[in-house]
Amino acid sequence: MSTINIEVDGQTLEANPGQMLIEVTDQAGIHIPRFCYHPKLSIAANCRMCLVDVEKAPKPLPACATPVNDGMVVRTQSERARSAQNGTMEFLLINHPLDCPICDQGGECPLQDQSIEYGANASRYHENKRQVKNDDIGPLIATWMTRCIQCTRCVRFSEEIAGVMELGMVGRGEHSMIKTHPDGEATPDQVGAALCSSVNSEVSGNVIELCPVGALTARPSKYAARVWEMQNHAQISPHDCVGANLNVQTLRGEIIRAMVRENHQVNGYWLADRDRYGYESVYADTRLKRPMIKDQSGWREVGWETALRHAAAGLNTVKQRDGATKMGALANPSRTVEELFLLQKLMRVLGSDNVDHRLRQDDFRDDLLAPLYPGSELEIIQFESLDRVLLLGSNIRKEQPLLGVALRQAAVNNAASISAINMLDYDFHFPLANTHIVSPGDMVTSLANVAVAVSGITGVSLDADIQKRATDTNAQEQAIAASLLSGDAKNKAIIMGASALNHFEASALSAISAWICEQIGAKLVKLPEANSAGAWLAGCVPHRAEHGKEVAKTGLNAKAMLAKPLSAYLLYDLEPGLDASRSGEALSSLETADFVVQCAAFVSDEAMNYADVLLPIAHYTENSGTYINCEGRVQASRAAADPFGEARPGWKVLRVLGNYLELEGFDYIDLADVQDDYVLGDEQIVSQSGASVNDSPVKIDSKAIYRYVETPMYRLDASLRHAAALQQTMDTPTPAVGLNEKTLVGLGLAAGAEVSVRQGEIELKLLLELDNRLPDNQAFIPAGYAETSSLSGYEPITLEAG
Amino acid sequence: MRRGGEWFRDLGVKNSGGTKLFSVSGHVEKPGNFEVPMGMPFKELLEMAGGVWKGRKLKAVIPGGSSVPVVPAETMLEANMDYDGLSEIGSAIGAGSVIVMDETTCMVSVLERLTYFYHEESCGQCTPCREGTGWLYRIVKRINNGTGTLEDLDTLLDVANRIEGHTICALGDAAAWPVQSFLKHYRHEFEAKIPALNPPD
Repeated sequence: MSTINIEVDGQTLEANPGQMLIEVTDQAGIHIPRFCYHPKLSIAANCRMCLVDVEKAPKPLPACATPVNDGMVVRTQSERARSAQNGTMEFLLINHPLDCPICDQGGECPLQDQSIEYGANASRYHENKRQVKNDDIGPLIATWMTRCIQCTRCVRFSEEIAGVMELGMVGRGEHSMIKTHPDGEATPDQVGAALCSSVNSEVSGNVIELCPVGALTARPSKYAARVWEMQNHAQISPHDCVGANLNVQTLRGEIIRAMVRENHQVNGYWLADRDRYGYESVYADTRLKRPMIKDQSGWREVGWETALRHAAAGLNTVKQRDGATKMGALANPSRTVEELFLLQKLMRVLGSDNVDHRLRQDDFRDDLLAPLYPGSELEIIQFESLDRVLLLGSNIRKEQPLLGVALRQAAVNNAASISAINMLDYDFHFPLANTHIVSPGDMVTSLANVAVAVSGITGVSLDADIQKRATDTNAQEQAIAASLLSGDAKNKAIIMGASALNHFEASALSAISAWICEQIGAKLVKLPEANSAGAWLAGCVPHRAEHGKEVAKTGLNAKAMLAKPLSAYLLYDLEPGLDASRSGEALSSLETADFVVQCAAFVSDEAMNYADVLLPIAHYTENSGTYINCEGRVQASRAAADPFGEARPGWKVLRVLGNYLELEGFDYIDLADVQDDYVLGDEQIVSQSGASVNDSPVKIDSKAIYRYVETPMYRLDASLRHAAALQQTMDTPTPAVGLNEKTLVGLGLAAGAEVSVRQGEIELKLLLELDNRLPDNQAFIPAGYAETSSLSGYEPITLEAG
Repeated sequence: MRRGGEWFRDLGVKNSGGTKLFSVSGHVEKPGNFEVPMGMPFKELLEMAGGVWKGRKLKAVIPGGSSVPVVPAETMLEANMDYDGLSEIGSAIGAGSVIVMDETTCMVSVLERLTYFYHEESCGQCTPCREGTGWLYRIVKRINNGTGTLEDLDTLLDVANRIEGHTICALGDAAAWPVQSFLKHYRHEFEAKIPALNPPD
């Protein structure tokens, strides 16, 4: 496309035809004031702040909504332009309260900043100012609606990016107000919940940063600090495999809030609420402040030296008595590469390869065939251009909210045809071409049937192992294959989410997906938890040391370590009762073990039962280190504050524990020293297609009721579970048993009543809920709650009334 | 239809062909809708509506609906009702809603009513009209209540100028024009209501 030339303030600028004037001037660094315009939102042109003087135009034109023309002559500073801009500013200010001194937006407020240049010294407005009632729109966003200037950025964001109709403008003229949807859902503890609903999107916090005034601000940090007093600390969000960039802000060493740090390769302008509000747990009452040890008289707080000596002595005793292979280390995959590297090094130097971070994974059969790390063959920026997608066991909207946003853009702007084979009918914010909901026992068969259909359409002969798992291809499976192969689509992907990767036949799902990808020219995208890529590369897996190095003898994986008790465990920022999918087994193994060392940021109720030493480590916001996202991007995060109480950065704790254990190679002076100990480039995924379809399928009893397990998005790790505001959102439901209507009726049970859930010896009572998202005979009981921690994995259960 | 377009066009005048429906309201004896040839002198239209009521004299006319500029009687009585004719006298044919006002009319009250209308009708989408129409109304109301100041007159005109041409739709312009024209022709009536200009004897 040939470019055109326009003249702005005497400067000749090159532009593409059809570009809006403001885009061209922004690129050239010419400032035009604006409130409603945002590059990622639709054009509203309602604030009228960007009016400029265009030659031959009878009136000043809004730069955000004026396409450029060849030879166009624009003046942004002429009398006509300035008078229009000054006029708009005056209008915006007449009803805007002059409460900047108590407004949280003060200091980072586009209205305040631009009023300095475009506003008058004194107001000519002598009438009464407008007052608008504030609504309680949930635990994350504070409202002060009198300050609203009706730019509708928040409305457009919700509708266009978050994909939800949660905010809208009601009323006319001066009475127009931003309100939540009258028929939306409301969090239980919301004030006046009957009158307005809460904003429940998983990316809702972005409206705070989009709001050009102080109408929408961060609720957990309300009135906590003035913007100009805070310092920014560049961090990486550890909560999913996107690795969103954020600035954690501190006031005199105390963490106050988190805001987005734009990175257009990764998170763009946005953050998920989990990234934004996860910091809040840093000063939770439940922080572990001092080292603790348990002896005959019970728990007591001790100094670091005593605790480390006690930990080392305990581990050495077990090693001498039972051998190092009776010890195991388990880590939270949201910790940094440095910590995970040191943890596995400590275990391996001690003589044990029992080290893992995959507590929710069930199938480890393709470990030795796996690439360097599970991840995405697609770069994050390519998600928006996808046109054919199969979501396999993925609730991408809640698991990787920002990838969900990107995929939604693909669906909306690119008319991507997206299909899903899932075990729960998730509420996506984009249309699905095909939704195939199957029980976990039928996942492999369904995917194999899709492979059969692909083979039928393309004429490629089917892999014999896949053929063995296939049955009769049904209409939906046929439609999914047809959708993936339709048209001349170039950008295709199969996206495996948490419930596929944690499936009991994940290896088969992975292998069949890889086969289909190869046939249809799609990318295989595995989206594991948090810093999983970093954990694999750090060697925090039982079968490989750092950077995929071979180990002499493969150790036990997380499932095996917890299925039968070891003599000693080293838990790193984990509460296996909440973090393992087979949590019941995990708790009983830990309680049986002789010696358990837990490095933790929080006091954990369950650890009080099984642990012998508690070592307080830094919260992720207090921690420096490296994260690697699903595309292999290596990103550094810097500690925003000193660790709380006596807590210490995790790498230091592991380093000194290594010294107390008298291990070689633990003499690091600083973090850079640790980093020098392993190789880390910008990692590429070599291949994902090495796995084979295991031909010993897991037997499922088709008549039994199975417990289907998933972990809600804000229960994924301790730092989220202790983040107060996130725990009050709709995404943290009260644990209950969900059954679909048919299963409910078949069992003669009623929703709303209490049922007793029995799994082997375990019995517990939960409320019963109607959940028609589920296939038949599946009882959804979430993990991540103490109430359900005695249950284990995907197993048959019985349900009885009362 | 039977007589063709040309015949219809020739009923009117140059640049304003055919007939026009005028809805004459206000201080006339027989308000109503009149279909008349374009270019009819205003005087004749006024006669068709029975003339100014109660034998009073004409004061002003808004010839095209509330948004178009007001025209004083002496100018209006010379004008013809077509596009060019009304444009020449600084107003517009608009929607053809002719509002007739007799000599007893308080122009400040009329403007208060008009600004209130635009304040109510503003949709609120864009800033100048959402914020400005309410401001206009409140200033006029204050002047009409006898609590206005001399600065208010300048502010009023300035606010109207700052709305005009700066909004997404024409409602902003429509709200500004009456203010500008009322102040142009009847500023003295506004001044008469400002206490500072009229000290008690």
